[in-house]
Amino acid sequence: MRDLLPTRRRPALPPLLCAGGLLVGAVVLGLIVGAADLPVRGVCLALLDELPFVHLDHGLTPVQYAVLMDLRLPRVLAAVTVGGLLALAGAGYQGVFRNPLADPYLLGAASGAGLGATLVIVYAHGDSVGGVPVVPLASFVGAMGGVLLAYAIGATSNRSGGTANLVLAGVAVAQFLAAAQTYVQSANTDELRRIYSWLFGRLSGIGWADLRMVLPYALLSTVVLVLHGRLLDVMSVGDEEAAGLGVRAGRVRLVVLLAASLATASAVAISGLIGFVGIVVPHLVRRFVGGSYRRVLPMSLLCGATFLVLTDVLARTLTAPGELPIGVVTAFVGAPFFVLVLRGTRKVDV
Amino acid sequence: MRSVPLLRSAAVLLFGALVLTGCGDSDDSKDDKTQGTPAASGAGTGSGPDAKAFPVTVDSGGAKVTIPAAPKKIVSLAPTATEMLYAIGAGGQVTAVDDQSNFPANAPKTKLSGFKPNVEAISNYTPDLVVTTDDADGVVAALNKLRIPVVLTPAAKTFDDSYAQLNTLGAATGHSREAGEVATKMRADIAAVVAATPKPAKPLTYFHELDNTLFTSTSKTFIGQVYAQFGLKNIADEADKSGSGYPQLSAEALVQADPDLIFLADAKGGGQSAETVAKRPGWDRLKAVRGGGVVALDDDIASRWGPRVVELVRAVADAVTKAGAAKS
Repeated sequence: MRDLLPTRRRPALPPLLCAGGLLVGAVVLGLIVGAADLPVRGVCLALLDELPFVHLDHGLTPVQYAVLMDLRLPRVLAAVTVGGLLALAGAGYQGVFRNPLADPYLLGAASGAGLGATLVIVYAHGDSVGGVPVVPLASFVGAMGGVLLAYAIGATSNRSGGTANLVLAGVAVAQFLAAAQTYVQSANTDELRRIYSWLFGRLSGIGWADLRMVLPYALLSTVVLVLHGRLLDVMSVGDEEAAGLGVRAGRVRLVVLLAASLATASAVAISGLIGFVGIVVPHLVRRFVGGSYRRVLPMSLLCGATFLVLTDVLARTLTAPGELPIGVVTAFVGAPFFVLVLRGTRKVDV
Repeated sequence: MRSVPLLRSAAVLLFGALVLTGCGDSDDSKDDKTQGTPAASGAGTGSGPDAKAFPVTVDSGGAKVTIPAAPKKIVSLAPTATEMLYAIGAGGQVTAVDDQSNFPANAPKTKLSGFKPNVEAISNYTPDLVVTTDDADGVVAALNKLRIPVVLTPAAKTFDDSYAQLNTLGAATGHSREAGEVATKMRADIAAVVAATPKPAKPLTYFHELDNTLFTSTSKTFIGQVYAQFGLKNIADEADKSGSGYPQLSAEALVQADPDLIFLADAKGGGQSAETVAKRPGWDRLKAVRGGGVVALDDDIASRWGPRVVELVRAVADAVTKAGAAKS
């Protein structure tokens, strides 16, 4: 069965360790730099102090400690979570649709989340209901709702199990929800700034509550996706051949789609819409480890996280003490980098 | 996926426009505790327009506009313009105001939008003068095609801009004398409030919140000058790299700066209050949050540059007096 797979076998562990090391380095960098100038030594000691059974005197003032623990740490962890989830979801979508241009927002997750967030920003009063932040919750529900609606339409209109109808249904749903969102916006122009701020994607102002809310969904979708890498590899030889090997393509597709959409919804709930990561990081990863999903999925998770932590460092420091929208930085920095990699490595198909 | 750069430029435009339109989304009429500001006499028929003053040529956002005769049917497309018209006694000539003009309560509010102006809908009111603060969607040119004169009163950058606009509208509506009186009284009231406010021993710092994503305004904006009168220092001035006057401050920078006073211009529309900001990550350690230095402003008054600026100045004066007493 292995020899059916389209890629040469390469040892999987070194690249994973390498990517993991890079991620740790990026996180440490993200915790050290920022708009507030915290002493590097104090930051390191304070972080080590948080470990169980370690007691160190970090020497930070209460305000510095609050900046580190309540602002910077949740923000870096949010970048890890969002970047990892989006890249992983993108790889999952590309695997299901066998299309290099598939991205996590293909089936209406973005416009569903946009509509949800817009409705709540316009009509809900205040930031949270019973301790749950409302905008993240509405984005999450909207994203999942958009995808499920597209799937319901696409799956019922076609029994043959292909993906073309699903994509078309996704396009229709996305356009419809985007129109609904535009309508709500145009009737409530005074809330536009808040809505747009959300649409650009942001990692500022994320606290522990937002992270806690999506953590279970993020973990569940990550585990499911990483475990489905082998099945996606088998399916890449074609549905019928996969059936001969005992893999039910339709079912695998549904599970991967749901898990990838759950990952997307979790990411969107934290940060709003951040483009580019989900579509580009899996391609970068393929250039380095080949096309086998068993490697592409976990590597996308790690590299997406690293990429977003680093771009967020730029977003926070380039115009400090101001902020740049993270979505602008991802594409601005990411696109030239992507072109360089495209030119410098050999081609690997999805 | 929509393209982010396009979105961004759209948002920058919107942002400017938002500041212009003022955020009025309240449907509750406010209690008119205006302590004798001219705006309170907003029943506004006053004396009739001075017919002898026409035809008149006035400034319209840098251009010149000629108004042939005293206007009898004025349409206002902006809340600040509406407040000014009523304050100078031209309210009796106003036939329609836009959907954001919620003051004075007796202004004839319609579904007209100043933000996405519908020229046909405006022309239904057969106005002989249209006043707006923002040339959105080329509305000025379109109305000019219909031979309707438009006076543009763009967002004021200084108090003097505000007084000049009052005088412009006074000339355009035949109420020059009243407009001059309103401007003089505003000037005197503001000076009196500032003079009566004790100067804190050490200059106080402040943050002016436009929304909960920490968009703010700097010293160089109109609202910034209101604070500057009291010698307050704006903690966001350095964050304004693009020079727009409306930067977004990073949460880290805000917590580190730990301002003495935090003014919320998103209390009504954004549902923010001293309680909600205290729950934000890291904010529970801030001086202003712990010491009662979080001040909820009236969103409308804080985003308009009409006669009610005097009330805004009073609200800031109260906060400065309290904070100064606590600090010394």
